[in-house]
Amino acid sequence: MLFTSYEFLGFLLLLFILYYLIPKKRQWMLLLGASYFFYFMAGAYCLLYIFVTTVTVYLLARKMEDLREEQGNYLKEHKAELGKEEKKAYKNSIKKRQWRALLLGLFCNLGILAVVKYTNFAIYNVNLALHLFGSEKQFGFFTIALPMGISFYTFQALGYLIDVYRGTSKAERSPFRFALFVSFFPQLIQGPISRFQDLAKTLYTEHSLDGKMVSFGLQRILWGYFKKLVIADRILTGVTEIVKNPESYGGAYVFVGMMFYALELYADFTGGIDITIGAAQVLGIKVTENFNRPYFSKSIKEYWRRWHITMGTWFTDYIFYPISVCKPMLKFSKFSRAHFGEVAGKRMPVYLSSFAVWFATGIWHGASWNFIVWGLGNWVVIMISQELEPLYRMFHEKVNGRINRNRKTDRPFVLADNGFYRLFQILRTILLMSCLRSFDCYRDVPLTFRMFGSLLKGGNWHVLWDGSLLTLGLGAPDYGILAAGLVLLISVSLVQRRGSVRERIAAKPYPLRFAVWFGLFLAVLLTGAYGVGYDASQFIYNQF
Amino acid sequence: MKRKKTVKVILSVIFIAGSLFLLQRLLVPKYVSDVVEGGLIAEYYDEEKDHDVIFIGDCEVYENFSPKVLWEEYGINSYIRGSAQQLIWQSYYLLEDTLRYEKPDVVIFNVLAMQYDKPQREAYNRMTLEGMKWSPAKVKAIRASMTKDEKFLDYVFPLLRYHSRWSELKEEDFRYLFKREKVSHNGYYMRVDVKPAENVPEGKILADYRFGENAWDYLDKMTALCKEEGIQLILVKAPSLYPYWYDEWEAQIEEYAAEHGLLYINFLELTEQTGLDFSQDTYDGGLHLNLSGAEKMSAFLGEVLWAEAGLTDRRGEEALAEQWREKAALYEAEKQRQYEELSGQ
Repeated sequence: MLFTSYEFLGFLLLLFILYYLIPKKRQWMLLLGASYFFYFMAGAYCLLYIFVTTVTVYLLARKMEDLREEQGNYLKEHKAELGKEEKKAYKNSIKKRQWRALLLGLFCNLGILAVVKYTNFAIYNVNLALHLFGSEKQFGFFTIALPMGISFYTFQALGYLIDVYRGTSKAERSPFRFALFVSFFPQLIQGPISRFQDLAKTLYTEHSLDGKMVSFGLQRILWGYFKKLVIADRILTGVTEIVKNPESYGGAYVFVGMMFYALELYADFTGGIDITIGAAQVLGIKVTENFNRPYFSKSIKEYWRRWHITMGTWFTDYIFYPISVCKPMLKFSKFSRAHFGEVAGKRMPVYLSSFAVWFATGIWHGASWNFIVWGLGNWVVIMISQELEPLYRMFHEKVNGRINRNRKTDRPFVLADNGFYRLFQILRTILLMSCLRSFDCYRDVPLTFRMFGSLLKGGNWHVLWDGSLLTLGLGAPDYGILAAGLVLLISVSLVQRRGSVRERIAAKPYPLRFAVWFGLFLAVLLTGAYGVGYDASQFIYNQF
Repeated sequence: MKRKKTVKVILSVIFIAGSLFLLQRLLVPKYVSDVVEGGLIAEYYDEEKDHDVIFIGDCEVYENFSPKVLWEEYGINSYIRGSAQQLIWQSYYLLEDTLRYEKPDVVIFNVLAMQYDKPQREAYNRMTLEGMKWSPAKVKAIRASMTKDEKFLDYVFPLLRYHSRWSELKEEDFRYLFKREKVSHNGYYMRVDVKPAENVPEGKILADYRFGENAWDYLDKMTALCKEEGIQLILVKAPSLYPYWYDEWEAQIEEYAAEHGLLYINFLELTEQTGLDFSQDTYDGGLHLNLSGAEKMSAFLGEVLWAEAGLTDRRGEEALAEQWREKAALYEAEKQRQYEELSGQ
C-alpha cells in the first residue's frame, strides 16, 4: 500500500475514525492490528520476517532485563556477605550472559538482513573473483523477495536491544506493545529509525481528538504529497531519461541529471517523512524528525547531521562509538600514537571507526558496489575536509585580517558570517553531495566515472538553454511547475529558520489560512504526477 | 461564537465543493471537435425513450446504421447505444441501463465484440463508461472493464483522472463547460467522405479461434435478459471488411444463434442484396461505412425488421413524427456541412 495510493488514504481515514471511537486504552491495540494489516498488504511473506525479528528481539531483551533484575535482587539479598571482588565477578558473569543474548539477537537479525539483502551481492562478488582467477565456475543467483522496510525495522529493533543491553532503556513487558514499536505502520516504509524511549512516550498513551494535532498532521501530510507528487515524481521522468540513456546524455546532461536527482531525492524522501510524521500526528503520536533543512548545510559533515538524522545517529551510537572504544581499537590507538606521533596517532583510530561507519552506511543503502563507493566517497570528503581544517582557518584569518585592516566601521568583518560566502558554502555542499550521489543515480561505478569524465570534457553546455532539456520527457509546463515548486520549497525552508511554518500560518486570519491550504491542496490535485499515464513510483528509500 | 464557526465551516465546504465541481467540469474532455465517439453514450439520456429498436455494439453499429433512414423509410424508431471498441460486457450493461428507461421490441447486437475476452484499453473504457448515468449497471460495467492500472475512484471523480489536462485546455473546454452540442443522430456518427477499400489485409493466423469464456457468458446473459423481457435479440455482423471476420468465428455464432433460436445476419455475405459498393460506401478503406453505405444498410435492415420482427410503421404518430422532422433537419444540415467542408478542401 503506497503512501500515494487511494487505498492508503482510505486506510488512514478508516483508522482515524475507529481510533477516536474506541476506548482510549485500546487505541494502541488497534494500531498494532492496523500496522500488521498494512504490512500484510505489502505481501503476506513480509509478516514472517517482521514476526521473527519482533519475537527474537523481545525475548532477548526480556532475558537481559530479567538478568538485570536478578542481579539487583541477588546483590541486595547478599549485600552483607559479598566482598567487592565477588560482586564484580558476579556482575561480570551477568554482563557476559547479557552480552551473549545481545550477540544472539544481532546474529539472528543481521543474519536475516544479510541473507535477504546481501546473498546475491555476495554471489556476484564470488563469481567476479572466480572469473578474475580464470575459473569458469559461476554460481547462480537466488530469487529472494526483499521484505518492505526490513533495514528500517531491523535497525530500530536492534537499537532497542542494544539500549536494553546498555541499560539506557528498559525492556518492554508486553510483547504486543513491543510488536507495535517494531511495526508502527507510518514509519515502516522509510523510517525514521525511532528510539524506543522516544516513540514509547506517545505510542502507547491514550489520545483524545485534538483539533490542532489533527489539522497540523493533515497539513504535514499535504505538504508531503506536494513534495512527492508535484516535484519528485514529475522530475523523475527527466532523471530516468538521463540515467537510463548514458550514451545519449553525456557532458552537461550529467550535471543536469545530478541537479535533478538532488531535487528528486530531497522531495521524495522528505515528502515521505512528512507523510509519516503527519499520519502519526493525526493519531496523536510524535515521530522523531529526520531532516533539518539539509540543503542549507555549509559542509558535508553538517549535511549528514541534518539529512536522515535518525540513521546518522544510529550509526554513530551503535557503530562509531562501540568501535571507537572497543579493546582492539584502544590497542590500535596506543600503537598508532607510539608509531605515528601524537597528532596523527590520535586521528587514525577515529578515521578507522569512521571508515566502518561509512562502509556500513553505504552497504545499508543497497547491496552493490556503487553504494559502497558512495559511502566511502563521503568518508573521503569528510576526512579531507577535516585534514584541511587548519588551512581553512588560516585562509579565514588572512581574509578577515586584510579586509578589517582597511575597514573603518566598528563591526569587524567575519568571512564565515558573510552572506555570499555562506551561499558559496551551501552551493559547494550541494554540488559535492550531488557528485557523490551520482553513484546512487547511475548504480554502476565504472559508468559513473565515465559520466564524470564526459562532464569534465563538457562541450555541450548549450543544452541548458537551447531547448534540449525539453526532450527529456518534461515539457514547458513541467518546468514551470518544478520552478514554482522549487521556489516554494526554498521559501518554506527559509521561513522554517524562524520557527514552525504551520504555527505561523495558524496565526493568520481564517481566509488567508484557508487560501494557503486549499491552494496547496489544489496544487497537489491538479499538478501531482499520479493516476493513469503516470507510473506509480515507490518512495526511493522504500527499497533500502 | 459557535454559530460563527459553523457558518465558517459550511461556507468553506460549499466553496471547496463548488470549486472542485467547476474544475471537474472544466477538465473532463468534451468530445466535441475531437474524438467525438466519446460523447455518444451520454446523448441517449436526452432522448424521448420510446424506441422500437436498440442497437448495441462497437463502431460497427454507430457508423454503419442510420436510424433516420429506418424512420423515414419504415417508420421504425431506433437508437444506437454504441461506442468505440465497446466490449461485450459494456454492451450488456448498457442494455441493462437502457431497460431502466424503456423496453424496445428488438435489440440488435453486433457480434464483432465477441473477439475480446478481457479488458482492453483505458481510453476506450472511458469513452463508453463515462457517458453512462450512475446506476448499478454502470458500477458493474466499470468493474468488469477496468484494466490493471485503473481505479474505480477515478470514475467516481473523473477530476482525479483528468487532473493534468489543465495544460491542454482549449476554448471548447470553457464553451461546453455545462452543455455540449450533440454529435450523433440517434447514436449514428455520420461521415460523408469516401476512401475506397483497396488491399484489405487478410486476417492473421490465430493461435485459438474459439471465443473466450467471458465473452460467451455475457452473450448468454444478453440472450437471457432479452428472453426474460420479451425482447427479440438479433445478432448481426456488420459488413466491415476489417477487422477480419474468420470463418471459425462465423461458425460459432451461427451455431449459437441456431441453438438459441436467434436471428443472425452476416452482412458481409449480403453485399449484393444491400447494394454496398466498397469503392463508394466506406470512408476509411473498408473499416467503416460512410453515409451512403449506412443508408443502404439501413434500407435493407428495415425490410428485415418488418418481415422478421413484425415491427409496424409508426410514421402516423404525430408527436414522434414531429421529433423526427427536427432530427432529420439536423441530419441534413450536418450532411450539408460535411459536403461543403469536403468541397472546400
